[in-house]
Amino acid sequence: MPPSRDAAPQGTSALSVRDLRHSYAGREALQGISLEIAPGELFALLGPNGGGKTTLFRILATLMIPTGGEALVFGIPVATGSVEIRRRLGVVFQNPSLDTRLTCMENMIHHGHLHGLSGAALKRRAAELLGWFGVADRAGDRVESLSGGLARRVELAKSLLHSPDLLILDEPSTGLDPSARLEFMRILRSMREEHGVTIVLTTHFLEEAERSDRVAILDAGKIVATGSPEELRSRIGGDVVTLRSSAPAELGERVTERFGLAAHVLNGSVRIEAPRGHEILREVVEAFPEAILSASFGHPTLEDVFVRLTGRKLGEAGGGAA
Amino acid sequence: MKILLAVATLAHREVIRFLRQRSRVLGSLGQGLIFWILIGGGFQASFRPQGAPSGLGYVEFVFPGVLAMVLLFSAVFATISVVEDRHSGFLQGVLVSPIPRWAVVLGQALGSTVLAVGQAALLLPLAPLVGIPLGVGSALATLGVMVLMGLSVSGLGLIIAWRLTTTQGFHAIMNLILFPLWWLSGALFPQEGLPGWIGWIVRLNPLTYGMSALRRALYLTDPAPVASLAPMLPALAVTAAFCLLAFGAAVSAANASRLR
Repeated sequence: MPPSRDAAPQGTSALSVRDLRHSYAGREALQGISLEIAPGELFALLGPNGGGKTTLFRILATLMIPTGGEALVFGIPVATGSVEIRRRLGVVFQNPSLDTRLTCMENMIHHGHLHGLSGAALKRRAAELLGWFGVADRAGDRVESLSGGLARRVELAKSLLHSPDLLILDEPSTGLDPSARLEFMRILRSMREEHGVTIVLTTHFLEEAERSDRVAILDAGKIVATGSPEELRSRIGGDVVTLRSSAPAELGERVTERFGLAAHVLNGSVRIEAPRGHEILREVVEAFPEAILSASFGHPTLEDVFVRLTGRKLGEAGGGAA
Repeated sequence: MKILLAVATLAHREVIRFLRQRSRVLGSLGQGLIFWILIGGGFQASFRPQGAPSGLGYVEFVFPGVLAMVLLFSAVFATISVVEDRHSGFLQGVLVSPIPRWAVVLGQALGSTVLAVGQAALLLPLAPLVGIPLGVGSALATLGVMVLMGLSVSGLGLIIAWRLTTTQGFHAIMNLILFPLWWLSGALFPQEGLPGWIGWIVRLNPLTYGMSALRRALYLTDPAPVASLAPMLPALAVTAAFCLLAFGAAVSAANASRLR
């Protein structure tokens, strides 16, 4: 066991990021990011493609040295302690890192050997993990014969083989259908419970962020908010009313004038945040029936939080780098 | 110990991957045989190696050259798996493991070498057919020289493979480098009696010395046909130095590599 595991003081963050910056050829992909993630957390980095998530992921995976600031994994700086960190780090990439011509078990054994595991103990642990992820019966099959969802499970099993203390995942549910995505989050939660591993994932799917303990919203290389999904939602003062209109700008002005409410125009719609949204909805529709094509009302989601903080929808490309 | 296991497992994987692609196995063997039959047969009547004993025909002369061709091209094109692994995503998993880069490169080089020597060795039993008196001693010596040459050329391939992102680019560059190196190593025509500038290129080509060592190993018990070549030890020394240089450059290319 590496000495620093014992030497690390109690309460050390699993991940500590301080004023982290990274530029590619003059373009600032990360513009001073700070984060503290406690051991055992399931933490989501939510943001649009191009918001800086992948850059942050690569720095945490020890594949890139940041151009400024620092990132510590269990107190060890990524810039200088990469070998030490890699022993304690499990990484799941957006693109699968399995060799499709090898069987699931061969992939596991290969990974184990790279991490200093060997012999019967390695085989036992590999079989145990494949079983835990429900793919034990496919152990002898080549990965190329597996469906995307099953291959993803093998990928996860592989990432846990060397008992990492921190697991980082880059857009792990890419290529999974929505129901497989929910199943995937359920697996992550129970992994955290049963293997005691800290989990950090990047995602642009709201449902994944909603099911995490805490979320940081990353946009254009900056963290615009951090907190539990409930905390973030509570930043929206009440409900969200959305009015679709052929003349949204004009409608927004009229709503503000008449009801004294802030109205944001976005993609041909007018968004109003207000307590007692159902009453506002009725009054607005009664007041301007001719200007409204459709109207909806809902409790705030993380999407609403994202819109409030960035002025854009999550699906729209951000300003920063990949 | 743990690093050796990692190196061995990386090499082992290259071999498994190769054996599971039947077209690659057939292609590499067929290439050597066809080349030997066509070139050797075609030049047999007209071409007489200068300075060689009168009994040495071209089919016999070019046999070690074909052996080297299979070895060199198999070794270099096996290293293309680095480019493929980068594409498939497999490489990123290796890069975040606690294995130092030199060990990753060593594993890849060993894997390519095993494949290359294995393929060239399949041609070795044909040696007696063309009149090369192959015994146990000379066969073992030949295998030894082939391992050293295989490692050198794998290193050469890895220098390029770690820098490139497309297999097409790799093919283009390696053909550009490898053909002249092989052509001008004494594989196809004797090193003696060449006009000035080309003679110098042959003398400066590190593969010339590997080729000389290979011919000397094949004729270990009866060195008359290879008497004019560089002696075994200096030839091996130059080849070993080239091998270390290529390996060092490959490690430095791997260290400089960024994930894309």
